[in-house]
Amino acid sequence: MPPAFKHLDRALLRDIAALAAGIFIVGLSFGAIASAQGVPWWQSTAMSVFVFAGASQFATMGIMTAGGGLVAGVAAGLILNLRHVPYGMAVGGVYWTSLRAKIIGTHLLTDQSTAFALAAGDDARKARHTYWTVAISLFLVWNAGTVIGAFAGQLIADPAVLGLDAALPAILLALVMPSLKDRRTLAAGLLGTAVALAASFLLPAGLPVLLALVGLVVMWKGAAPKEEAA
Amino acid sequence: MSWLEVAALAVGTFLIRLSGPFLRGRVEVTDRVETILRRSATVVLAALVATSAVLVDGAWAGWALPAGVLVGGVLAWRKAPLALVVVAAAGTTALLRLAGVA
Repeated sequence: MPPAFKHLDRALLRDIAALAAGIFIVGLSFGAIASAQGVPWWQSTAMSVFVFAGASQFATMGIMTAGGGLVAGVAAGLILNLRHVPYGMAVGGVYWTSLRAKIIGTHLLTDQSTAFALAAGDDARKARHTYWTVAISLFLVWNAGTVIGAFAGQLIADPAVLGLDAALPAILLALVMPSLKDRRTLAAGLLGTAVALAASFLLPAGLPVLLALVGLVVMWKGAAPKEEAA
Repeated sequence: MSWLEVAALAVGTFLIRLSGPFLRGRVEVTDRVETILRRSATVVLAALVATSAVLVDGAWAGWALPAGVLVGGVLAWRKAPLALVVVAAAGTTALLRLAGVA
């Protein structure tokens, strides 16, 4: 595990700890809800270890335990995970080193590990250390949370009562905010977000955020030559 | 649930995750391309924030959730540490719900 740890400053480690605490509690709730739905602990844990993508785990489990078909359940989860394609394209270089790092780094790609790596900016070394520290920390707390939640389910508070459903988007917002100070990126983000919100009423969850990529047209539409020269 | 669902979701998710770096490897990653790729991920994350702040299962989430995300966002904009962003966002939403605001 990370000698990476030593290379990150204390403020960043505190940020990662705050994120890990939130993800731990969501992991608890995943385990607890799974048990309440009659899913055996080893199955919810296997899902957390081998899928490691919270939103899709909740979606697939919800559909399966409600009696939906296998195809519907798995498809809903996979569609939700399609956003990892642009994530991997953006930050894949960070973990594309040894074969082992490629395999593990690929499996540990999440919204948060992507956002933290992007927030590290152009410093490749810092991005690499940040990515691995976030990825491994989240893998540990997500799985520990799932197991504990599966057994202690009834004792655990509802994440919605704790307001954690607001904390997780707020963390991602905080991480992308520095990038949004670039006006082009902000314009693309606003346009893309508007498209995604509108599309949310028509398309299954997971596709609208990908449609947000049409926001990138602002890069071509206004690509004035003088700005390129600057 | 059965093992089949877990295995199908796990394998499918891994392949989706793998396709990003694979596609990246097929193009020459110039500075310009790097900028586009980073901007793409940022746009997707921004849209994810917005949709998960105002919608739950495709319907209006109620005021408590976006209010909490907004408070967290303002603090982040003022460069508050992430722990404070987390506590303020969660606290705002939790208190609003406690007060009966959906």
